[in-house]
Amino acid sequence: MGDPVNPDVTAMQKSAIADEPASPTATAAPQSERADLRPENIQDAVIRLAGNSQDGIQTAGAFLARLAGRSDQDVMTYMTIPATISGGPSIFQVRIGSGEVLSAGDEADFLVAFYQHSYQDHLDFLKEGGVLLYDSDNVEPNLDDKRFVYVGVPITGLTVEALGGTAKDKGKNIFVLGLITKIFGLDVEKLKRIITEKFAGKDESIVNTALMAFQAGYAYPVGKVLTHQYQFEKFEKKPGARDQITMDGNTALAFGLIAAGVRYGAGYPITPWSSVMEVLRTQLPKYGGIFVQAEDELGAVSLALGFSFSGYLAVTGSAGPGISLKSEAIGWASMAEMPLIICNIQRGGPSTGLPTNVEQSDLHQAIFGSHGDSPRVVLAAATVEDCFYIAIEAARIARKYSTPVFILSDTSLATRIEAFDEPDLSKLMVDPKPDLSPRQTHVPYKLDQITQHVPPGTRILDGKYPLLSGLEHDEMGHPTGSPKLHMAMTAKRRNKLRKLAEEIPVPEVYGDQEGDTLLVGWGSTYGPIHDAVKMGREHGEKIGALHLRHVHPLPNGLEKIFAGFKRIVTVEMNDQGVYGFGQLATILRARYCEPKIESVTKTDGLTYRVKEILQGVFPGKFVSVRGYSPNRPVSGNGEQDVDLARRESITQGVG
Amino acid sequence: MSILPAGNQSPKEWDEAREQRSEDREQIFKMSETTTEIPEREKLSKKAITADHPTWCPGCGDFAVLASFYKVLEKRNLDHEKIVTLAGIGCSSRFPYFVNGHGAHFIHGRAVPLASGISLARPDLNVFLFGGDGDGFSIGGNHLNHGARKNVNLVYFIMDNFVYGLTKKQTSPTSPIGFKSKTDPTGAIDMPVNPMKQLISAGATFIARTHATQVKHMMEMIERAFDHQGFSVIECLSECVEFFPDVFDPADPRKGGSFELIQEKKWDNTPEDELRHDVTDELAAYKLAQLPFPGVFGVFYQNDRPTKNALEKKWIETSREKTGNASDLELLQKTFDRMK
Repeated sequence: MGDPVNPDVTAMQKSAIADEPASPTATAAPQSERADLRPENIQDAVIRLAGNSQDGIQTAGAFLARLAGRSDQDVMTYMTIPATISGGPSIFQVRIGSGEVLSAGDEADFLVAFYQHSYQDHLDFLKEGGVLLYDSDNVEPNLDDKRFVYVGVPITGLTVEALGGTAKDKGKNIFVLGLITKIFGLDVEKLKRIITEKFAGKDESIVNTALMAFQAGYAYPVGKVLTHQYQFEKFEKKPGARDQITMDGNTALAFGLIAAGVRYGAGYPITPWSSVMEVLRTQLPKYGGIFVQAEDELGAVSLALGFSFSGYLAVTGSAGPGISLKSEAIGWASMAEMPLIICNIQRGGPSTGLPTNVEQSDLHQAIFGSHGDSPRVVLAAATVEDCFYIAIEAARIARKYSTPVFILSDTSLATRIEAFDEPDLSKLMVDPKPDLSPRQTHVPYKLDQITQHVPPGTRILDGKYPLLSGLEHDEMGHPTGSPKLHMAMTAKRRNKLRKLAEEIPVPEVYGDQEGDTLLVGWGSTYGPIHDAVKMGREHGEKIGALHLRHVHPLPNGLEKIFAGFKRIVTVEMNDQGVYGFGQLATILRARYCEPKIESVTKTDGLTYRVKEILQGVFPGKFVSVRGYSPNRPVSGNGEQDVDLARRESITQGVG
Repeated sequence: MSILPAGNQSPKEWDEAREQRSEDREQIFKMSETTTEIPEREKLSKKAITADHPTWCPGCGDFAVLASFYKVLEKRNLDHEKIVTLAGIGCSSRFPYFVNGHGAHFIHGRAVPLASGISLARPDLNVFLFGGDGDGFSIGGNHLNHGARKNVNLVYFIMDNFVYGLTKKQTSPTSPIGFKSKTDPTGAIDMPVNPMKQLISAGATFIARTHATQVKHMMEMIERAFDHQGFSVIECLSECVEFFPDVFDPADPRKGGSFELIQEKKWDNTPEDELRHDVTDELAAYKLAQLPFPGVFGVFYQNDRPTKNALEKKWIETSREKTGNASDLELLQKTFDRMK
């Protein structure tokens, strides 16, 4: 322990290195399909497709993800989309594993490069001994670099040949899918079915064209240049295990809301939130509900509050800029004690910031973002699967405590596709019908109770109807300037969150239950943090991880967990701030007055790589990841890199 | 001790008191109990719908609006629990506090979308929205335009006093040029909004104008707005006695000024009818809106364009039909099956 640790080498890589001292190249002498070619068993593979956004690599990647899900394999994807309206470099990374897959993978085993720029930009992410599959019509790799296995295929030419001259660049993605299917021995029939399903309802010729491209890729004699075929280890499904479903985080969130009985909502388009509202706008009418595209963010949150007021818990959402606009109305929800779900699919900020990158810099905005003391609940989804369940938890809390509840997600969760066990809907579905039965009397803001509103349309027999107010009010909702009442009502609104903290389960610690280092995370860093704990423990560290789904209020009892560790390190994708701590660390330090709480933060707009976390937590102990420039800011120390930052220029479009 | 102590306990004290609270734990979540003993409905009376005494200054035009509103509710004998009054911020936006009924006092300028949400989700309710010129035409201008365009079914009463009263005399979006306020001590210089023109071009489907001193006319306008399906707006000129008295001086009806009513077409094929106003004629309405202050009063424009409520309902019905009216559980299960 203590020695620098090299990036681990997977079985696939070892074999590639061992068997191929001299890498076969595209120009290698053609061999016939070898009869002795045995597929090799692998557990885990990271495939990165790099091209331009109009090449449809997302589609091809999504097919792979869905196939993995159907084969009961775990799958995790990672994609970047440029903010330009159309075009620009784009990647889709699929990690398929026979075991548990938590992060999208630090490095790729297999890189598909469509263009010269794809090759140049992403070669650094290819593992040594990894396979570079490139379009020999567009890419000229440096074949003297013996670290990689080169497989050149005239992808563009062959696609055009297979589909006819009109195909141009279309269909390359499906052609490549055919190639990958062959190399990894994937299930051809299942894939063809997935392709057919995807294009179902469109012109039959589109399905046929896609299948032709797939067939052409599959039939390409890739064995001439690649001496290996791979095969995923068969995963034995546990008896009684549920089927897997495959979707991205925003879709999971939208369907989680539907399962939670949310039937009404309103929003305004903004990246990366829009796809949640697109799903809800098209799905809710089937459930008898309405999702309104509002004129602006302020209108959206107000409409949602109208829906909630009318008796149907409603949702609104946005990314950071839109949440800023909604802040005043969220304060009203806090004051009037109106249940509401607000989704913030975080992106890089402040202002318009980095519209298509990932950041966790809206935590303080979620907890505090409104004027006055305006308590609200903040939850954070950890994985794509959790996007589904967190929506149900948010709705439960919003109804029970009659409070605004934030759901924090982010770009990486929103866009990546994961496979997860199908939820047991029969146990989860919530009936949204409001209770309009008459009451003898109703006092909306009783000081010694948790407020529960009765929707309009409810007869109140003593004839005194409640009023919901943004002014400080008495128990019936009528305005008051009484200092005593303002104190009492402020305490009432705060105390219901303390009450909630009592019932939130304390999260389990992953890895070492006590020891030297406890990593604390929230949101989409769940996977990389857990992988970091795994890797850290393999290298002898006494390390555990705690992941918070309930970020505000914090569950009671965390102090007992903290007591068992020498260091508490939060891992966050935000800035260390003026006082040197990430946003969660700031809250934890305030809550527990615990000087051993510190943080590892970064602001490069990209998801955490596992080794990056280890480097940040144990400076100098874990050697730099190859291809990850040591000059790149780790742990938020952007100021060292002024010169480097000045030279770097990456096209960034509109938001 | 109380379950939710009102005092300023520290988190530590809160934790220590937890045990004492435990026996009452579920009690605090108990909503007001429902009842099955339902007495017969009495006719809706002014007494039943009267709440707090208005905080408006004596002589404020808004009193007359409140009185007319009470009268219309009484006359129509609406179910008490189905009356919903809503407002944003401003003097006139205090309205819901003075009506005993389900209601909400929302934030500045956003009452139109709030009301839209209620109207869309609950077609069984009667949604009444109140506000002033600042709330409607300035901070809430965007919502007014889009509420009108979407034609959400509700009644919106704008009490226009040409001044910010609650904040004590600043220029409002409808203040005439030359009006001396605290923000324009030498007189307002910006061209004011013409409420009628703006509402016509935004697509409101019922647009009327009345005056706080004309209670009978105001009641008629409220009733017609109420009967109209769609986004119905009434602009009521309502004098601010404190900060903009005598604003209507040249035509103050109380001072013998004219209260010129719009003569609507009776479709009786008489030559006089040729000259009367066709409320469905957008251009004619626009021309009426052009008349110099104080202009004319009555219904400027009315149109039977389908409401958003109706269009959304139709979409729901078509969608439900396509699913074969499946249950929520069946529907979501089917969707998930496709994602396998």
